[in-house]
Amino acid sequence: MNGGPVARLDNMTKKNGAAGPQGNKRGNNLVVPGDDLGDSEGFEAGHGVLVMSGRLKALKQGKLREKGRTISIEPVHTRYIPRPGDLVIGFIEGCTNNLWFIELGAPFNAILPMSLGPGKVDFGGTRSVMDIGDAILCRVQEVEETHSSVVTMKGMGLRKIRSGVVEEIDPHLLGRIIGKGGETLRRMKAETECRIVVADNGRMWIDGDLDGILDVRNRLSKISRDSRGGRN
Amino acid sequence: MGGYGDVQMIDENGVRADGRGPGDIRPITIETGVVPVADGSCRMTWGTNEAIVAVYGPMEAHPRKIQRQDRAVLDVAYNMAPFSTTDRMRPGFNRRSREVSKVTQDALESVVLLELYPRSKIRISIEIVSAEAGTRCVGLTAASVALADAGIPMTDLVVSVASGKINDVVVCDLNKEEDNYGEADLPMGIMPNSGELVFLQMDGDLSQDEFKQAWKYNMDAAQEIHKLMVEALNGGDSQ
Repeated sequence: MNGGPVARLDNMTKKNGAAGPQGNKRGNNLVVPGDDLGDSEGFEAGHGVLVMSGRLKALKQGKLREKGRTISIEPVHTRYIPRPGDLVIGFIEGCTNNLWFIELGAPFNAILPMSLGPGKVDFGGTRSVMDIGDAILCRVQEVEETHSSVVTMKGMGLRKIRSGVVEEIDPHLLGRIIGKGGETLRRMKAETECRIVVADNGRMWIDGDLDGILDVRNRLSKISRDSRGGRN
Repeated sequence: MGGYGDVQMIDENGVRADGRGPGDIRPITIETGVVPVADGSCRMTWGTNEAIVAVYGPMEAHPRKIQRQDRAVLDVAYNMAPFSTTDRMRPGFNRRSREVSKVTQDALESVVLLELYPRSKIRISIEIVSAEAGTRCVGLTAASVALADAGIPMTDLVVSVASGKINDVVVCDLNKEEDNYGEADLPMGIMPNSGELVFLQMDGDLSQDEFKQAWKYNMDAAQEIHKLMVEALNGGDSQ
């Protein structure tokens, strides 16, 4: 951080406790956009970091991570960005005669052409197969540079979701839910007696009896709450 | 400039009506995460100004004609609540709120990395709950904190602060009386790390020297406010 302190005492030095106490654990590893992270010489810019005229610069708010020569920021909040091959849960947002528009919780919608839809669909019959608001389990087929993306429902286990509930968390928290080698997720499935399908866009399909579903929901909201430092 | 002539707002020792010196700003508090459903949010109080900003997105831009194939679009809505001033504001958009929305959008477009999200939209709602003077500065500053809270990539935060002239003296951060009866007002939007400007307006006249003094006050205040913003963003996520 540059821009040294302004040597001027005034009426706001006492009561500026913006959010929480001062002099807390705000170490060097928390950064905000615009923070200077040092010389870029010998380092690589990872997620949330940009090289500007030879200096590394933070683009996001979050925790600074240094892995080898790569400097990156683990953000506090992210949106899902689709990548080809991702398993995702989407909601149908619109239909035309031959394709569906799928909302993935991403900055842009994807299309599901009739040819990649479930089973055989007649021209003009898209809406009778899957209507607006339906949830589907699908896979990202391709994402172009301009962010036009295509999803497919041809594949093992890809289908319309007819039972259970769909829950949503920030995609960067998925690691905490799945755990090392899927252990945490396996334990959660066993303890709650639910079937859980975790999709890459932070949504998960939970199916089971009501108590189990509520149990899973509580666990998820706790994880989200913890990640935001007890807020929300 | 408006004003009623001989209102005494600063004495010969440089003490203003509310007890501040010429370079002092009003007390500020910043808080993030105040709107749970939003992707990012911020509440900022500045003197008796209060703004609540919520950021949604990036998300699919509707209607499709507003989409840009090479970048995201910002949708900034600045609004003053009907109860924000002593005489009731007529609800809804007016000429002034459209102007403030526009300049805020222009200022934020120069820090947000829009080209990372083609065809998307980022919605920023600035709601002024309590208005004194300098609400566009509060709105812009709070919007940049809310954008950071939403995890939207930006090259820098934006600090916006105004200086002006009262009774021929240049002072920082005008309050309501100074704004109404003063001679000039110079709001600036500053990128605190580089010192670059993203926003500059001027009401009334300043000589070159007065302009330089106002500039300096704004730059100094920006560093001070930036520290509070960093504290609010980092302190809100203590683990």
